[in-house]
Amino acid sequence: MPVTTIAGRQVHVDAEGFLTEYDEWDESLAPVLAKAIGIELTDRHMEVVRFLRKDYLDQKETATTRRVQAVGGIPVKEQFTLFPAKPGKKMAYIAGLPKPKGCV
Amino acid sequence: MHVLILGAGTAGTMAAAGLRHHLDDGDRITVVDVDDRHVYQPGQLLLPFGTYRESQLVRSRRAVLPRGVDLVTGEVDAVDAAASTVRLTDGTELGYDQLVIATGTSPRPDQTPGLLDGDHLARGVHEFYTLEGSIALREALARFDGGRLVVDIADTPVKCPVAPLEFTFLAESFLRQRGLRDRTDLTYVTPLDGAFTKPVAAAHLGSMLDDRKIHLEPDFLLEHVDADAGRIVSYDEREVGFDLLVVVPVNMGADFVARSGLGDELNHVRVDAHTLRSVDHGNVWAVGDAANLPTSKAGSVAHFSMPVLVTNVTDVIAGRAPSASFDGHANCFIESGDGKALLIDFNYDTEPLTGTYPLPVVGMPLLAESRLNHWGKLAFRHLYWNFLLPDRPLPISSRMSMLGKHAA
Repeated sequence: MPVTTIAGRQVHVDAEGFLTEYDEWDESLAPVLAKAIGIELTDRHMEVVRFLRKDYLDQKETATTRRVQAVGGIPVKEQFTLFPAKPGKKMAYIAGLPKPKGCV
Repeated sequence: MHVLILGAGTAGTMAAAGLRHHLDDGDRITVVDVDDRHVYQPGQLLLPFGTYRESQLVRSRRAVLPRGVDLVTGEVDAVDAAASTVRLTDGTELGYDQLVIATGTSPRPDQTPGLLDGDHLARGVHEFYTLEGSIALREALARFDGGRLVVDIADTPVKCPVAPLEFTFLAESFLRQRGLRDRTDLTYVTPLDGAFTKPVAAAHLGSMLDDRKIHLEPDFLLEHVDADAGRIVSYDEREVGFDLLVVVPVNMGADFVARSGLGDELNHVRVDAHTLRSVDHGNVWAVGDAANLPTSKAGSVAHFSMPVLVTNVTDVIAGRAPSASFDGHANCFIESGDGKALLIDFNYDTEPLTGTYPLPVVGMPLLAESRLNHWGKLAFRHLYWNFLLPDRPLPISSRMSMLGKHAA
């Protein structure tokens, strides 16, 4: 896995730039990752990010938009407003998690 | 010893046959389903184009289950896993020592506002994931005389994830042969960011859409259908207009799975991806589309995972730890129109490969169009009824082999 420097810190990423090591992420990285994809983080964004982080620990995989609605309580429509066009991928990217598995 | 199997579709029937072969004659096996009508689901894709008649796709469940297995007709209300009992909606209670959940995944048009308004067929809103829907679509295609044909996947995961693409290729070929292609705009709308999930296959299948001048509308998550105005609307308020819409509805597992506390947010049973055993209860298993495995929801997966299920249930009955491990092996024929098809083959860890299958050299070409693959798909209906369901041996391995395959 390639290593890159984000906010002065070395982290492991995959070919698309998603962080690959759960423990290399902390909340100080979130605004830097968000800015890289054109998103200015608000408290509401961080609610989603914290849900994703917590849910990943339980489930060992990144929550889908449907799960963020059903379990995290953030409506899909709002997810599209917060993370335009590709909420599933963008949320995961900012939260330092693998992109969610789509249909396989 | 009593093994109770919920669902007598592809996976439940194969599980009944496999377990009957391996358990002692004194062990009882009971299968529960809502009716006695086993539908060959892959046929629903081809029926709208006149390949099959309805009668070729339906048999009695009883007739395809092995001897020595009881079929109970009824609807499951809930599983009480703590008590090892299953209650049916008519009040019947069935006890079990081992429970195998094989109730699959089903299209749920009720999950999308406007998709099931009672009058949807008259407004050009169709699907092919039920036999009735597939028949209605055959009639709609026969009447279609050009305009905007839109194929839309509402959400993932989708049962048989290549079927929507196949439908699109087949429709393109069908319209061309009828002289309607020039008068038809064909659009493929998907919540994914490309034609398919697996990157190698997505690139190949995406260029097949380009070659056929089929417009791809990616990253479109269906929010509602406005049948009156003839358009579909995404969560981020994009719109695609249609004259004839073919939707693949949201797929969900059975509601009793949720009521019994065994499922994820789509009612698929939470199991260990390698043993197929419930992560919550040691005598509960799920196989086929009902399980939340991170691989395709497809009959091939049910087939390739069946030896694992049978071995592991037999192990646990004998007081041993489960000894078999599933690798996520899936393969799919992809009909590409004009009497040709592709074949793809992958598992949890390996992307679809090029090469030949099942044998190096004499096998069917992988990830390439050929007539042989199309005939393979048609021959499959015979294999399904006569070899796969009764658990008769096929000359291919269930574990994925790398022989004859190359990374693309």
